Amino acid sequence: MYGGGYIFEPSGNGEGNAEDPQKLAEFEAKIAAGEKIEPDDWMPHEYRKQLIRMIEQHAHSEIIGALPEGTWITRAPGFRRKLALMAKVQDEVGHGQLLYSAAETLGKPREEMINDLISGKSKYSNVFNYPAVTWADTAIIAWLIDAGAIINQVANSKGSYAPYCRALERICQEESFHLKYGHDNVVFLATGTPKQRQMVQEALNRWWPPIMHFFGPSDKISVHTETLMRWKVKMASNDAMRQKFLDMYVPKIWDLGLTIPDPKLKKNEETGEWEYTEPDWDEFKRVINGDGPCNKERLAVRKMAEEKGEWVRKALMRQDEKYMVPLS
Amino acid sequence: MSLKSLDPRVTRLGIPEEQELKTEKSPLDQWQTYEVFTQAKTGAHHTHVGSLHAPNDEMAYILAKEQFGRRSKVTSLWVAKTAFFVTAENDDELFARNDEKMYREAGGFKVMDRINEFKAKVKSEKSKE
Repeated sequence: MYGGGYIFEPSGNGEGNAEDPQKLAEFEAKIAAGEKIEPDDWMPHEYRKQLIRMIEQHAHSEIIGALPEGTWITRAPGFRRKLALMAKVQDEVGHGQLLYSAAETLGKPREEMINDLISGKSKYSNVFNYPAVTWADTAIIAWLIDAGAIINQVANSKGSYAPYCRALERICQEESFHLKYGHDNVVFLATGTPKQRQMVQEALNRWWPPIMHFFGPSDKISVHTETLMRWKVKMASNDAMRQKFLDMYVPKIWDLGLTIPDPKLKKNEETGEWEYTEPDWDEFKRVINGDGPCNKERLAVRKMAEEKGEWVRKALMRQDEKYMVPLS
Repeated sequence: MSLKSLDPRVTRLGIPEEQELKTEKSPLDQWQTYEVFTQAKTGAHHTHVGSLHAPNDEMAYILAKEQFGRRSKVTSLWVAKTAFFVTAENDDELFARNDEKMYREAGGFKVMDRINEFKAKVKSEKSKE
């Protein structure tokens, strides 16, 4: 899971201009030729900053995203599903570790990233500020949120920063299990008793707005996005990824006889584009800035884990060691 | 008031509802870094697969096995402190290749033309005899 809808920093007034034009040209030529950038290579300040921000958000999303699903491990219906959910949640936490390492290669120590997560300075995927109310919610998350994340991650794995691409390659392999697992759970409920069908329909209704938010606001007008796309930090526009998601998954949802809570949703056969009610971007902004149903709980739980584990980390810590930036 | 959650385990923790969300981690709180190499099957090279944080060699090995030897098949695993690695900057320059030095490449030695010429000569000499 879970990368998507990253919030990039406004790039300010022409920061790129401060860079050595010769080096910048070489850097851009390298990326245009499909070569990858390694941690020791020269890179513009802006490239480094935006990558740290994006990879860090992705890492936080994996860690925080494990919370709404982890909630259901103790109450999973049946032993096989419990084992599968445990394996999935462990994968997600492992993805967080891989991504933190990739972000560290750009020069931000892990301690700082954790500080920034808990203080709210760094964001994580907005969908995890919503609760998994029933077992069916975890099924919808595992199927559709992971599906969205795969679309985003497969695109990003063709990006320019080598350590991020390497981490994503491994992550995408594991995601394919998550997606199948989620689909299996949704299909089981949707083809079950009327009560089970109702449960999964209600979960879909709850999760549809966050799913539409998942890829982030429309970015076709942002000049900023153009630079990030030229540098292969961002590989597809938010709208393009949302369209791809709708194209791949709406028919699969309809196949199960489930309805999607958007009366305007339909594919325009002439343009080939999906039409939908514009998601509520005010709510998106409000929730991502702290005022969602679960923001406080997510960060409080994360903070508690950090604080309660501190004595263990201290006891094992050797003061004579020095921190080294990981190689790649 | 403590935090009420849909997750009974979270509710039971008794986390205060109003608290300042802030931490200040000390350097090395997450420990030093290690580099991890795995062998996918016997006979193959060990390949670098990533990095991790650990407080000592033994923990690094245990965590590496969990992180990199959990999913795909691994027959052997190495860990070493990142600090032990020697690397160079400007790899591009350092590893620039002299492709024109054909005398040190297999492709720099072409013998078939000469052999064919020789064979043809022998053959024509024989037919004259």
